Amino acid sequence: MVPMPFAMPLLPLAELEVGQHFYWNLGNLKIHGQVFLSSWVVIGALLAVVVIGTRRLQREPAGVQNLLEFLWDYIRSLAREQIGEKAYRDWLPFIGTLFLFIFVSNWGGALIPWKLIHLPSGELGAPTADINTTIALALLVSLAYFYAGLSRKGFRYFEYYVEPTPIMLPFKIVEDFTKPLSLSFRLFGNILADELVVAVLAFLVPLIVPLPAMFLGLFTSAIQALIFATLAAYYIGEAVHEEHH
Amino acid sequence: MTSWLLLAEAGAQEGGLFDLDATLPLMALQVVLLTFILNALFFRPVGKAVEDREGYINTSRAEAKSKLAQAERLEADLKAQLKDARQEAQTLVVNAEQEMDRLYRAALAEATAAANASREAARREIDAERSKAVAELDQQASLLSDQIVSRLLPTP
Repeated sequence: MVPMPFAMPLLPLAELEVGQHFYWNLGNLKIHGQVFLSSWVVIGALLAVVVIGTRRLQREPAGVQNLLEFLWDYIRSLAREQIGEKAYRDWLPFIGTLFLFIFVSNWGGALIPWKLIHLPSGELGAPTADINTTIALALLVSLAYFYAGLSRKGFRYFEYYVEPTPIMLPFKIVEDFTKPLSLSFRLFGNILADELVVAVLAFLVPLIVPLPAMFLGLFTSAIQALIFATLAAYYIGEAVHEEHH
Repeated sequence: MTSWLLLAEAGAQEGGLFDLDATLPLMALQVVLLTFILNALFFRPVGKAVEDREGYINTSRAEAKSKLAQAERLEADLKAQLKDARQEAQTLVVNAEQEMDRLYRAALAEATAAANASREAARREIDAERSKAVAELDQQASLLSDQIVSRLLPTP
């Protein structure tokens, strides 16, 4: 697709390209190369911090270990609050990975000057601004809560669908579809909209004016990561929750 | 401004906003791998470090609490002992004072009695001496008077 109709060649940094992808062919499969490139940067940054911070774990934390412990504690309290004391340990790594991956993706998309790197087609940005990523994450959450419920309760898990009354059955079934749908589209829409707003503002007024939108974008990005992780934990918590008769 | 909106719904030639392809499963696989890697590198070791510290702090706190309780018990014990000792000392002092008083009084009484007795004895002795002296004086006076009389009045 062509850049915006009134894109001036003077402002290559502010060009808008939406829906264009940098295709890689894997056999006869097509994948979005720019998503994987930026996600590798994100994962690399994450792993670098983690490896540096856990090299020498001490009883009295110093340096990056403090940051990691703060994150761990934050994620633990999130998981414990939503999943409950009994099962949260099994799911803490998953919730934590979702939170960290989404958070670093969102912030990376907003803070790293991707536009300086030119791809033959499409452009680099937050991996979470691609619908494939968000649907992948949301489907993982669906699988996770089904697995959590089935492994903890066996087939009694399906009692959840008829509680408190069998009238709930259709709603609960519909919920299984709306959960991943809302999770994925909420994240996708927020991050894409944030990138578009910043890009459009930067395209119209390249100085200062986009800054408030960028700050708002950082805020939204953090909130979205928190929302995604919290909801994922909540769904898992709902699946492993034991009714007390 | 409408071009990208149109593209979003039409998916024009190739691509588009809602272009689902093999990115999805591969990304899911990647995130699952990342979960395992982060679990091994981050969540497990950091969790262990934090929980070890929490355990250490809890045991230290419990230890400190029990030590504090022990110290308090000892302090109370010592305070009670101190109080007892003080009371004992007090009674000892009071007893000693009473004893001293008693002894003083006894000694005083004894001394007074002895003094009285010796004074009485002295007075009696003085009286005896005086009466003896008076008698002697009387005797001598009569002797002298006899001599005077015999001197003045020649014997017939």
